[in-house]
Amino acid sequence: MINLSRRKLIVSGLAATAGASGLAVAARLAQKYGLVPPDHGGIYGLGETLTYASQRLLTRHSLAREFPRNRISPRPFPNELGPLTEDFKRLQAGGFADWRLSIDGMVHQPASFSIADLKNCPSRSHITELACEEGWSYIAEWIGVPLSHVLHLVGVHPQARYVVYVSMEPDTWDSIDMADALHPQTFLCYGMNGNDLPVPHGGPLRMRLPRQVGYKNKKFITQLTVTDNLKRFGKGLGCVDAEYGYAWYAGI
Amino acid sequence: MATLGPAHLPAEASVSSGVSTAPVTKLAPRHSALVRMTHLITTLCFFALLVTGIEIVISHPRFYWGETGTVLTSPWFQLPIPSSRRLVPTGYGYVLPDQNGWSRALHFEAAWIAVLTGLLYVISGLLTRHFRKDLVPRKTDLSWRVLLTSLAKPFRFERPSAAEASSYNGLQRLAYLFVIFVLFPLVIWSGLAMSLGFASAFPWSVTLLGGRQSARTIHFLVSLALVLFLSVHVLMVCLAGFWSRTGAMITGRTGTRKELT
Repeated sequence: MINLSRRKLIVSGLAATAGASGLAVAARLAQKYGLVPPDHGGIYGLGETLTYASQRLLTRHSLAREFPRNRISPRPFPNELGPLTEDFKRLQAGGFADWRLSIDGMVHQPASFSIADLKNCPSRSHITELACEEGWSYIAEWIGVPLSHVLHLVGVHPQARYVVYVSMEPDTWDSIDMADALHPQTFLCYGMNGNDLPVPHGGPLRMRLPRQVGYKNKKFITQLTVTDNLKRFGKGLGCVDAEYGYAWYAGI
Repeated sequence: MATLGPAHLPAEASVSSGVSTAPVTKLAPRHSALVRMTHLITTLCFFALLVTGIEIVISHPRFYWGETGTVLTSPWFQLPIPSSRRLVPTGYGYVLPDQNGWSRALHFEAAWIAVLTGLLYVISGLLTRHFRKDLVPRKTDLSWRVLLTSLAKPFRFERPSAAEASSYNGLQRLAYLFVIFVLFPLVIWSGLAMSLGFASAFPWSVTLLGGRQSARTIHFLVSLALVLFLSVHVLMVCLAGFWSRTGAMITGRTGTRKELT
């Protein structure tokens, strides 16, 4: 019943060849320009890659929406926390004076900062929305030092591609690409609504990137590692959440 | 143009027919190959989006209007279902398992495929004049009497006439146009508006909808409208003859034994 004329055969053959080589070229280019997320494998890799690539092309420099002060939510909702570790409680008892943020990896000068050191850096704030992947959201003023400032202090190698951040919570780490790491709204956040960042919200130090959903904004940050290869971290998917099925890139 | 009703088609489906040699019919197909293919892909994506959408809603079955909303603020409405999160007050004494990881991944992947398929459908529909020919109501369709008659027919369980197997009545045309050019764009827009990355590049996409939580609520309500459309759509297909109509959408051919009786 299928009537294949010679012309049809040639035309569809050419189209298939062009399509296949087009896809191969697209994949090459995407890899070259850093448009492929670390968790691009598996049946959902197509969607993850399309989302990450298109948002990187569209949003490299765009700013998250900021709000006037009178729109700050009166009762910001801190999501569920796991039990705090003994180490954390000890630091908390000392007013977090001994909290250290260490930075290593592809940097010229590995360093370690106390909260006071970070507060001595130029302080920035933005009033932005924190939105959870579950659906809820609130607006708060977030105070901190731009991650880009700290990265400039330690000097990042030009071939660096990602910043891995590790939380004091057990088995909690994540990473972002340099576009997000150097974005002006990405903060090492130590304050909220004019005060120190409360512990339920991740105090004394939280990663705050308003262009990605809540779970990328990890709490209790103690370590940053600058790298050009995420394969060496965990299962190589870029974050611990990806090992549980959550996307590494969460701008959606 | 194919003006023959299905009753005039040869009964190709005699079960005993062995090797088919001659082409069965030279009539133009009821639906073009592109319409059939995009319909099939959209159907698969729609079910993926529906199932994963329900899973995602279960993690926070509360809806708000405006920019913000959490369990600490009062919702506009709340679905009377249990939740997959412990901190959501539902009145149920148990918490469902968290399925958001793969649900979000499949939701966005299916959305990509559906949107790209939809673009292909709309562009080709404009180029081939599919919308003008098959979906824009004819002048004669647009009287209240005609529309109401079409509306009343299914309630009397009246099967559509033979002529209606090869084209749509006015009510169908309006319904399909509404779904294609109002509901689908709205559900895509409100979905994109919930993306923090997309909203940073196109802030008006959120503000025009009244805020992030409004966008989420609109996304949910439009999805409900689409499910309602789907239910009526499938009911009507069943009433008209499930196998003939489904066959027409899969193979392009109308006319089966059922139609001949």
